[in-house]
Amino acid sequence: MNETNLDRRDFLAKSSVGLAGLAIAPGMLLYDLAHGRPLGEAASNKVRWGMLIDNNKCESGCTDCVTACNTENGLSGGTKPTDSQWIRKVQLKDNFTGRISSLPMMCQHCEHPPCVDVCPTQASFKRADGIVLVDKHTCIGCRYCVMACPYQARSFVHEVLTDQKPEVPRGKGTVESCTLCVHRIDKGETTACAEACAKAGHNAILFGDLNDPESAIAKRIRAVTSTQIRADLGLNTGVRYEGI
Amino acid sequence: MSTASFSRNESRYFYALAALGLFVVFLGYLGMHNMEEHGHIVSGMNNKVVWGLPHVFAIFMVVAASGVLNIGSIGTVFGQTVYKSRTPLAGIMAIGLLAGGLAVLMLDLGRPDRIIIAATYFNPTSVFAWNIFLYSGFFGLAVVYLWTSMEKRMYAWTKPVGLAMFAWRVILTSGTGLIFAFLVVRQAYASALLPPMFIVLSFAWGMAVFLLAQAAMYTWNDKVIDPAIQKRMKNLLGLFVVSSLYLVAAYHMTNLYFAKQTAFEMFILRDGGIYPLLFWGGYVLIGSILPMALVYLPGMGGTKSIVTASSLVVIGSFAFLYVLIIGGQAFPLSIFPGYEVSSSFGDGAIARYIPSLPEVQLGMGGLAIAYLITLIGARIFKTMPHDVAVVATKNPD
Repeated sequence: MNETNLDRRDFLAKSSVGLAGLAIAPGMLLYDLAHGRPLGEAASNKVRWGMLIDNNKCESGCTDCVTACNTENGLSGGTKPTDSQWIRKVQLKDNFTGRISSLPMMCQHCEHPPCVDVCPTQASFKRADGIVLVDKHTCIGCRYCVMACPYQARSFVHEVLTDQKPEVPRGKGTVESCTLCVHRIDKGETTACAEACAKAGHNAILFGDLNDPESAIAKRIRAVTSTQIRADLGLNTGVRYEGI
Repeated sequence: MSTASFSRNESRYFYALAALGLFVVFLGYLGMHNMEEHGHIVSGMNNKVVWGLPHVFAIFMVVAASGVLNIGSIGTVFGQTVYKSRTPLAGIMAIGLLAGGLAVLMLDLGRPDRIIIAATYFNPTSVFAWNIFLYSGFFGLAVVYLWTSMEKRMYAWTKPVGLAMFAWRVILTSGTGLIFAFLVVRQAYASALLPPMFIVLSFAWGMAVFLLAQAAMYTWNDKVIDPAIQKRMKNLLGLFVVSSLYLVAAYHMTNLYFAKQTAFEMFILRDGGIYPLLFWGGYVLIGSILPMALVYLPGMGGTKSIVTASSLVVIGSFAFLYVLIIGGQAFPLSIFPGYEVSSSFGDGAIARYIPSLPEVQLGMGGLAIAYLITLIGARIFKTMPHDVAVVATKNPD
């Protein structure tokens, strides 16, 4: 009788362990898989994507970067106050010297982004590699980030959208801004604006990894004086300018 | 109309008033539906003025909700019996106003259908997220507060709950001020004065809406308020209006002193068209000076003066919020200090904003929610203030 009981206890103990193993194993397996990304390495904070924009090379009348951004991301290109503009050309006139210049303005991909701080649902977030994005599934459309952005870089989708690009999710009632062409970066490509600027022969936009001392952008930033727009805010922007 | 015929038809009038409120709520629903269906393109808002008229209504209601409970605090926390008997009405109004304000804020979201996300994804650094917590706490605490001040067995708890409510209110209104104060890059908002300013404004706006509701209740019940009590209350309204004006002046004066803020102040106070007009005409003259005259000038201070003064304070509050919220966004961000800028996205230019009908509908719908909750709550809970030995009927025969 005793022996039978022991057997039964033994059986129950072993089968519990087995069942627990069965329950946990798939989770462990998935956890393991989650480390890998089909497109190669996961976004890591070893990388800090950024851009250096040379104001002297930026041609005043040229809007190729804007057009390329609109085409790449499926934006209408409209310039009504309710239309989305992820990148825009700003004309500058120095109040004192009268010097006229122009530069492209977009999300500056701050290290300490005010939009991320104020977002109530964490829909505005910064990826490990420094790209500031909006999660289209958790954005409730409160527009607090639009109020908080020092660069007026964010747009709110005011209308129903059709024919969107599958790799660039957008939606009515949510906020959006320059994604630094994250879908291209993840494939190892450069941003659409930088590509268009190079194609036009201006080469005013230099894209790359600010953390890699051997990258062209890091070398250039070491060599020339570059500026962060509204550096006084202490946001440590990923987009830098030279010549202003 | 004779008193007797009014009493006979009293419930009919009540239902008529309730139906009117419901109708406005329905209009609000239509406005919301329009915006939900087509997007914010049907509103006057755009990428420069992202918060519009609905936010003016909503913030008025949220601030007034906190302020109206000041009546309760004066009674329970500071032991003034005259105010104690007014706590139930103040409590119901506070719940109504907060419900109305939050309904507007929520329904103006780009994706109101996702509101649950605001509860399931919480960002501890967002003052919006703190406010979601503060608003829900306010509702819960206000209900408990009402219970302790209306249920005899709970009277012992009125003081501690009242104290908690008082503290909660101060934090909540500070939180509303901080929504703006934390916007460090906006010339209009980045000021530590905003939270205390909102607290004092809430006292004035809350007092004004309470005095309006109280006057309506006394008329409805054919009672006259004790002149001594009325005098105390109108003086308090005057004091709150003066204090608000002081803080608003301090806010603009400090801004004027900072060279980098001068252009913005000139826009709001002198050159900005509708904004200086609303500030000086709407807030300062109609919303502050005239009410002060109606309250303090010799020969003034009767029921009619008080009702007029309270209405003017409410009108002034809308003008003030319109200037603060919309004027504050219309003025361009200073992205390149020292440069004259222009772009396809309105850099360097004053933003245009014209409120649209759906926005007005949504805002009015929120006010109607506050009105309905007050109307129904006041009737169900019999919140008519009973002042000891002073409640007299107008027609004693």
